[in-house]
Amino acid sequence: MKLTQLSLFLENKPAHLRKPCSVLAQAGINILTLSLADTQQFGILRLIVRDWEKAKKALEEAGCVVKTTEVVAVEVDDKPGGLDELLGHIEKASLNIEYMYAFTFGREDKAIMIFRFEDPDVAVAALQTQGVNVVGSVELYDRSQR
Amino acid sequence: MIEHWNDIAGSFHPASALDFLPVQQLRELQLNRLRATAQRAYDTVVLYRQRFDASGVKPQDIRALDDIQHLPFTVKTDLRDTYPFGLFASPMREVVRVHASSGTTGKPIVVAYTKDDVDVWASVMVRSFAACGLHRGDIIQNAYGYGLFTGGLGAHYGAESLGATVIPISGGNTDRQIMIMKDFGVTAICCTPSYFLHIIERAGELGVDIRSLPLHAGVFGAEPWTQAMRERIEAESGIKAYDIYGLSEIIGPGVGIECSEQNGLHIFEDHFYPEIIDPETCKPLPDGEEGELALTTLSKEAMPMLRYRTRDITCIVREECPCGRSIRRIKRISRRSDDMFIIRGVNVFPSQVETALLRVEGTLPHYQIILSRKGGLDQIEVAVEVTAEFFSDTVGPMEALHQKLSDSLENVLGIHATVRLVEPHTIQRSEGKAKRVIDNRNL
Repeated sequence: MKLTQLSLFLENKPAHLRKPCSVLAQAGINILTLSLADTQQFGILRLIVRDWEKAKKALEEAGCVVKTTEVVAVEVDDKPGGLDELLGHIEKASLNIEYMYAFTFGREDKAIMIFRFEDPDVAVAALQTQGVNVVGSVELYDRSQR
Repeated sequence: MIEHWNDIAGSFHPASALDFLPVQQLRELQLNRLRATAQRAYDTVVLYRQRFDASGVKPQDIRALDDIQHLPFTVKTDLRDTYPFGLFASPMREVVRVHASSGTTGKPIVVAYTKDDVDVWASVMVRSFAACGLHRGDIIQNAYGYGLFTGGLGAHYGAESLGATVIPISGGNTDRQIMIMKDFGVTAICCTPSYFLHIIERAGELGVDIRSLPLHAGVFGAEPWTQAMRERIEAESGIKAYDIYGLSEIIGPGVGIECSEQNGLHIFEDHFYPEIIDPETCKPLPDGEEGELALTTLSKEAMPMLRYRTRDITCIVREECPCGRSIRRIKRISRRSDDMFIIRGVNVFPSQVETALLRVEGTLPHYQIILSRKGGLDQIEVAVEVTAEFFSDTVGPMEALHQKLSDSLENVLGIHATVRLVEPHTIQRSEGKAKRVIDNRNL
């Protein structure tokens, strides 16, 4: 029920974001969603792609340092209060969110959020007991095809 | 069946016999050669004759080896001032080869060899390779640059003379280096230590584990490197990393080499006489004390060098080496007197920066020191490449790493240095000598 996220170190300078994107473009890999953390000095680019192994190999061959992290995709109601309700469940489970970002696509009245928890396995179990819909990679990639 | 005596691993190479001369004979040989060299320099090179005459010394005054301290020094600018052929002691028809070093400013410095000089050079390179345990049957990938730089041809002639198989690949094109290393079953490599680190790194990206290849030894030189770098190279590639010392002004690579003890470099002092001097006062220092290495060639014909100031900081090791060689050792050179820079009145050596980075990361990352001046104040910035091991997808640990590096640098250097984390591969890898310091201060 977890997704593998790729992250890359970037310097906070013009044109540095483009390089990994060009590498992925050349390898024919589509980015499903991404987030960029920025500090004054550097940035961390986090990516979700379908074939993460192929993407990692291409990026590493281009000289990037790529880290893989397991993250959790969760379905949330796409309406006022939807995220609030989900965060309520997360709070109840005493889970700390390291960071989160959204998917660019949803389904009908549902949106999908990506969460980075310290322990993704504990988080998945805790959320599922509370009836939260954790979306697995297969289903997610299917949805992204539509 | 053994086809050749030198196919037996560990067999003694006869060229190495000179490394084990009885000390008394060695000193006699040195004295006789020194007198002949001084005479030749005086008779054939105007600059030397002027210097001797100005200091009131005659070559005949040399009666003992210690008398060398009365001879004038030679410095790099002497080679530049006499460009191109002013220090040649042989007529051009006897010169079979010239090399030149890349001058950082203006004209290069030019060095010359007679046929005998080239043979001596090959012989000290044979002795170097033999000291590293290489022999006939080894396949040596020579990734030193071929051309005017002495590294390529120096190692080439020595390796051939040893009877090894030489792959004259020269520097650069790292992917091809790795392919050939793998496909040709290379057993030893010659290049700068920083370039070999680059090869290791690139091999990792290409999915080649150097530890699984037949490569067992590296003969690394042409730039100062540290024990930490050696440990990293040996751990990541599974080879023995030997330090070789040399400089074009004296002959090229093959002035000194580490033996199997890997504890100091034996100087081939039957050809190159070492002295340690105080770089400020120019007075000779006793064995064991650290100072600048000055070298005198004892057999060079085309271009004798008298007390050439190398700018390399080291000391002569007093203890005998367990390997039994009678030729003396110098400590490995990790810094040069002109590597040092002064920042806000504090003396800083690149090796100190290495120490500070090493304390935090455990292994040495690629780094570069950039000096600049803002509002009349010197600034030191250290660019450090982020490694896979220390990269995190969350901001917190990255900022903590940044802070730790800053603290460690301030601790070791005694001044504040700005740390900039940079992407992997953004610090230029040299295929020759690593450029550790970029000085943008326009002093």
